[in-house]
Amino acid sequence: MWSLIKVELYKIFSRPRTYIAFGAIAALIVVIQLGLKIDGDSYANFLMKDINDTLTVDGKVLNGYLICYILLQLLLVHVPLLVALIAADMISGEANLGTLRLLFTTPYSRTHWVLAKFIAASIYTILLLIWLAFLALFVSMWVFGTDDLFLMKSNYVVLIEQNDVLWRYVGAFIFASFALLTVTSLGFLLSSLSSNSIGPIVGTMSAIVFFTILSTLNIPLFTLIKPYLFTTHMNNWKEFFDIQVNANNEAITGSILNIAKIKTSLVVLTLHIILFVSASIIIIKKKDILS
Amino acid sequence: MFGVFCYYVMSVIKVQNISKHFGSLKAVNDLSFEVQAGQVFGFLGQNGSGKSTTIRMLLSLIHPTSGSIELFGKRIEKNREAILEQVGAIIERPDLYPYLSAKEHLQLFAKVRKQKIGESDINATLEKVGLAHRAKDKVQTFSLGMKQRLGIGIALVHNPSLIILDEPTNGLDPQGIADIRQLIQYLAKEEGKTVLVSSHLLSEIEQVAHQILIIHQGKKMVEGVTKELLDPEKRVVQIITNDDANTLQIITAASFSNYLLPRSEGVFLKIPTNEIPLLNEVLVKAGIGVLGIETKNSLEDYFLQITSNA
Repeated sequence: MWSLIKVELYKIFSRPRTYIAFGAIAALIVVIQLGLKIDGDSYANFLMKDINDTLTVDGKVLNGYLICYILLQLLLVHVPLLVALIAADMISGEANLGTLRLLFTTPYSRTHWVLAKFIAASIYTILLLIWLAFLALFVSMWVFGTDDLFLMKSNYVVLIEQNDVLWRYVGAFIFASFALLTVTSLGFLLSSLSSNSIGPIVGTMSAIVFFTILSTLNIPLFTLIKPYLFTTHMNNWKEFFDIQVNANNEAITGSILNIAKIKTSLVVLTLHIILFVSASIIIIKKKDILS
Repeated sequence: MFGVFCYYVMSVIKVQNISKHFGSLKAVNDLSFEVQAGQVFGFLGQNGSGKSTTIRMLLSLIHPTSGSIELFGKRIEKNREAILEQVGAIIERPDLYPYLSAKEHLQLFAKVRKQKIGESDINATLEKVGLAHRAKDKVQTFSLGMKQRLGIGIALVHNPSLIILDEPTNGLDPQGIADIRQLIQYLAKEEGKTVLVSSHLLSEIEQVAHQILIIHQGKKMVEGVTKELLDPEKRVVQIITNDDANTLQIITAASFSNYLLPRSEGVFLKIPTNEIPLLNEVLVKAGIGVLGIETKNSLEDYFLQITSNA
């Protein structure tokens, strides 16, 4: 099995297309960091304009932790689209090239190949996330320094001490890996149904957009299905940055406000991954390889 | 283990009554045949006759609608992985990864074999298929013929005992075709491999195959030993003249009419080789300008022979 994964990884990282996503993420992050470095103070003032009259904040608001949070808010919505470029091409791309029959005439079962391809696509996804974490978190910490994390939520503010932040990002990135692996597995499933790459790539992107819209609409009919949609849970990495308070309304260091929500989301996302990958295996096992 | 097994079992491939239906289309219809160990088996048929579908079923890429397939004495659907370890194949087009080099292809496919395949085996395979000088070049720069050679290299890199080559000379120039023919003969004679080679051109197969099977519209038309089937004593020839109508009259009058083959255009005969000079002499004496006498040995002609005899 490991041989198959190595073969798949070799193929993924031999293609120029693979590096588009790494390049796109780097370009976006560097541009945003550069903009905030040059004109960050006016951005911070804009963020704080509503509370400046009632609250005095000492220290550096626009620090590496806040920059990372801003970047994740912006990018974690778009990274799935980059993930789809590779994941949705894993099987359909080979069917289109005609190389699927070369793989399926080797002494390994189709299940082995499908799993190897999924694991390889997942490794790509995780590497993309690590790259994102490195640029968004560590480079921001280096460029902007660190301080307490001050977040403006819809009707309240959250202040997390700087020694209580880093582990939350680790948790958020682990959670984001589940969200992105769900997208990987969806792209993979659509890939198993097609003999060209365009359909599954567009299909994956469309599915994400479609279900995201359903997840955000507050219509009673959709409310019933919302808890079962993976898109409802994909953004719950933010829960790591909601903190419990004590009776004096002071933040409890090391706490998470709604850990049950995170657990539920992880279960739903994991079930989606299992469902999508299992369906891919069944489809490929039954498929006549005609291309 | 498998090699020892092959020694005792004569039939390397045993196909029994396989059919494959795609909706209402019967791509393969109740086909049966056997390929013996060490044999070069020619699998012939026109384009769309069901050759590739059959080969895909042999390799378990397609599930048969009915019938059974045994390779090395074992059912393919139950022993797929053990069987495919001993099989090397190219199917139709040489589809490869354009962004990888020839050597990278062989290295990747060596990795997915259970036996150890070293660098020297890979280099030897590149030599065998004539790609050693382009080993490091990306496949996207290759001609169709070079891709075909690399496809054959992938089929051979793990030293399989059964080699299945589906239209291996597609896209090759005459020298390339001769090289592949030589390679097939070498694999069978010197290395004792069993080779199933498919083509729509009889001329490619007749020089290498011990046994021939011809299929048409998914059905077996004829099967037998190559030498017996092709009957070199009688050849199909086309008489190219400046006056076909007169030529036909003269041939009929000169008692060659039994050899005439019904065709809408041109003059074709199935005639004993030693009577061709006499026919030429008769035509020339009658004032016909004989522009040429061409031996026709295409599969289409052979089909016509079979059907006209039936």
